[in-house]
Amino acid sequence: MSMIELEVTQLTKRFGRRRVFGDVSFALKPGQSLAVTGPNGSGKSTLLRLLTGLSLPTAGKVIYTEDGKTLGFEHYRRKVAMVAPYLALYGALTAGENLHFLARVDGRKVSDTDIEAVLHKVGLDGRGGDYVGAYSSGMQQRLKYAAAMLREPEVLLVDEPSANLDDTGKKAVFDIIAAYRKQAIVVIATNEKEEYSLADGICQLGG
Amino acid sequence: MPTGSVSWAAKVAAVVRKELVSEFRTRYAINAIVMFALVTLTVVSFAVGLLSPSSEMMAALFWIILFFAAMSGLAQTFIKEEESGTALVLKLSSDGSVIFFGKLLFNLLLLIVLAVLIVPLFIIFLKIIPANWAVFLTGLVLGIVGLAGATTIVAAIVSKATVKGALFTVLSFPVLLPLLVAVIEITTVGFSGGGFGEISAPLQLLVAYDVVMTTLSVMLFDFVWRL
Repeated sequence: MSMIELEVTQLTKRFGRRRVFGDVSFALKPGQSLAVTGPNGSGKSTLLRLLTGLSLPTAGKVIYTEDGKTLGFEHYRRKVAMVAPYLALYGALTAGENLHFLARVDGRKVSDTDIEAVLHKVGLDGRGGDYVGAYSSGMQQRLKYAAAMLREPEVLLVDEPSANLDDTGKKAVFDIIAAYRKQAIVVIATNEKEEYSLADGICQLGG
Repeated sequence: MPTGSVSWAAKVAAVVRKELVSEFRTRYAINAIVMFALVTLTVVSFAVGLLSPSSEMMAALFWIILFFAAMSGLAQTFIKEEESGTALVLKLSSDGSVIFFGKLLFNLLLLIVLAVLIVPLFIIFLKIIPANWAVFLTGLVLGIVGLAGATTIVAAIVSKATVKGALFTVLSFPVLLPLLVAVIEITTVGFSGGGFGEISAPLQLLVAYDVVMTTLSVMLFDFVWRL
């Protein structure tokens, strides 16, 4: 089975004259994980966005390879999933409709059983028919994990893993991240010390 | 976990369906478009009053109403995604062509609804009936296709800007100018009762515009949408 690998080389990002971070380098293989830490404004979320390919670095490279071949955006996009507080799902759709839609535009056919299974994993049993607009921020955060799991990602990017979550929610998402750490590349951006243990290594930004 | 894969057309259909369901529940764009069309139509009918404007004037008024009504709602398809934060999820979940054609088809449906509403009301309020329906409808259909094609890509560009609403109309106008000139000419002939022989030049321009604009939009969309 082919495995995706991630290599980040001397990554630098500037917004105008302000340098957010510079010369960040690391390489990750499946089963390896990294916690990106640093003070507010040090570029943790920016770094995760660069890893999605939806933002371009000022200098340096983000390269995904598989069997030694460099993957283009359209190839690695399908293998990457992201969970972040600033990502939003569709408030006018139910949770089930959101998950069906996101899977379908991604070219995946999922059954109601699949949907129920991921909702169960994030503790949203029986809430698939509720409108996301009526969800609390914590429930929306859980639903984002469900959407990410449905993609069966080989690379999981998580910004502030436990944002908006209660203790039960935290436990559920920590379990999910722990499961992905065994098989996928996991990068989390966090300032919470208890979340450092969700990764094998630490990348310190802004100092 | 996923039990199979879906075709490109099914992905596009999923985008259209999502837009329709969201629109049906929120009435975000349709309310703006319909209200703008009704108000403008009423104002124009009062302004024209008992005058007997020429076919050229009627054609221009018809397309002014359609253009500005469309401007009030079509940009929402992308602005809504950027402002609500769903754009990032969508960018990660699907390729650009699926999103573009899904949004294009949805905008086309909105414009068809708008035309179905405006045409009979225009005929009633302004007391003018196209003497050649075939020419009139040809111009209308091609005009709507061009309008949807051009505004979809402009909406995607504008959704990244800070002043979105005003910029959409300003940016769309020069892009749509050749289309407006051609459709107004065709609609004039439709109102006055001329045949297809009289519209060959604007018709060629309109068909070329629709093809070029849609092709360019497809080619440029990935650059605009992704970053």
